Amino acid sequence: MLTSDYVPGDSAVHRARPLIKVGLLFVFCTWLFLQEGWLSLSVAGMALAALLAVARIPPRMVFAAVRPALWVLGLIFLAQLFLADWRFAGFVVLRFAVMILAASLLTLTTRTSDLVEAIEGALSQFLPQRSAEAISLALSLCLRFIPRVRDIFDEVKNAQRARGLGTSWRALVTPTIVRALKSADEIARAIVARSPGPADGPAMPDGRHVR
Amino acid sequence: MTNEKTRDIVLIALFAAIMAVLGVFPPITLPLVGVPITAQSLGVMLAGGILGARRGALAMVLFLVLVAAGLPLLSGGRGGFAVFLGPSGGFLVGWIVAAFVVGLMVERFWPRLGHVNAFAACVFGGIVVLYAIGIPWIAFAAEISIAQAFVGSMPFVPGDVIKAVIAATVIVTVARSYPVIVSR
Repeated sequence: MLTSDYVPGDSAVHRARPLIKVGLLFVFCTWLFLQEGWLSLSVAGMALAALLAVARIPPRMVFAAVRPALWVLGLIFLAQLFLADWRFAGFVVLRFAVMILAASLLTLTTRTSDLVEAIEGALSQFLPQRSAEAISLALSLCLRFIPRVRDIFDEVKNAQRARGLGTSWRALVTPTIVRALKSADEIARAIVARSPGPADGPAMPDGRHVR
Repeated sequence: MTNEKTRDIVLIALFAAIMAVLGVFPPITLPLVGVPITAQSLGVMLAGGILGARRGALAMVLFLVLVAAGLPLLSGGRGGFAVFLGPSGGFLVGWIVAAFVVGLMVERFWPRLGHVNAFAACVFGGIVVLYAIGIPWIAFAAEISIAQAFVGSMPFVPGDVIKAVIAATVIVTVARSYPVIVSR
């Protein structure tokens, strides 16, 4: 579940700094909207095709990147067919496809960890160190919580089944959330108990004490 | 880092993780309308309604950063920068504001929070505000009018109303058994 679609490689696209790629993607998409027309779209499409070739992205991955948006794009095509003509409908849908592929190129050639690190690095330039540390803590805690929440959910589901209750949404979500909140407070207490620096007392904000 | 701040960070991370877990559920297709509804917009309402405006919105920011960084955490295993530039990109960014508004309303209703006003908060923040951000982006990027984008988005509303009903009950039950938002 936590694996991205990274395609390993050593091309210029892979080696470019993550934030430069994010910046270029932003410029690329803005330009597509400012310079609306077949000419700019074909230039953008060719540039994108060249970059995909340089990065050696297999065609299978190129198709996989657009596939989730296909049915919405189909609907938009039909809508534009009614509102305008087939040429404009094709233009709008192709522009979406080019933008989606450009963004996928970033994801396919950048490791998630590198991108997260780059975002953290950029934020720490503008934010005080404590906030930057808080952001790194939140990111790593979240990844740590995903399997934990899934375990809690499975436990709740099995417990409900053992008691003969059906799988109603409400019967599953509420106990899962309450148990997850308790588990989160335990982790918060553990972090506070282990962290150095000026402590403001052993009590948690809810008034309970560290066990 | 103060104790309060540490707890905030842990809770924000927890709800971002809950969003990810909700994305694993297969979409349920409504019998009459035939539109797939996903569990994730339930998570948006829950984050705001349980954590409050600020922490709820930050949980969405954190979740979307992980999605943008390439993790396939959206329902159907979607992820990466591309989802923000696709037709539903406005709805994803709208989750941040939606969670904030749901949280703000639940905070206001807090001393007399019940099923009715919690449902109202979920409908206004999680549907009205969310669509008010999502629809203009579709209209702009797909070159259709706001009215046409509005009509095209309507099939999703029944599913979202069902989610608002579920979210409201969960928010009220959690508020009574394990309150996180402190009355102001």
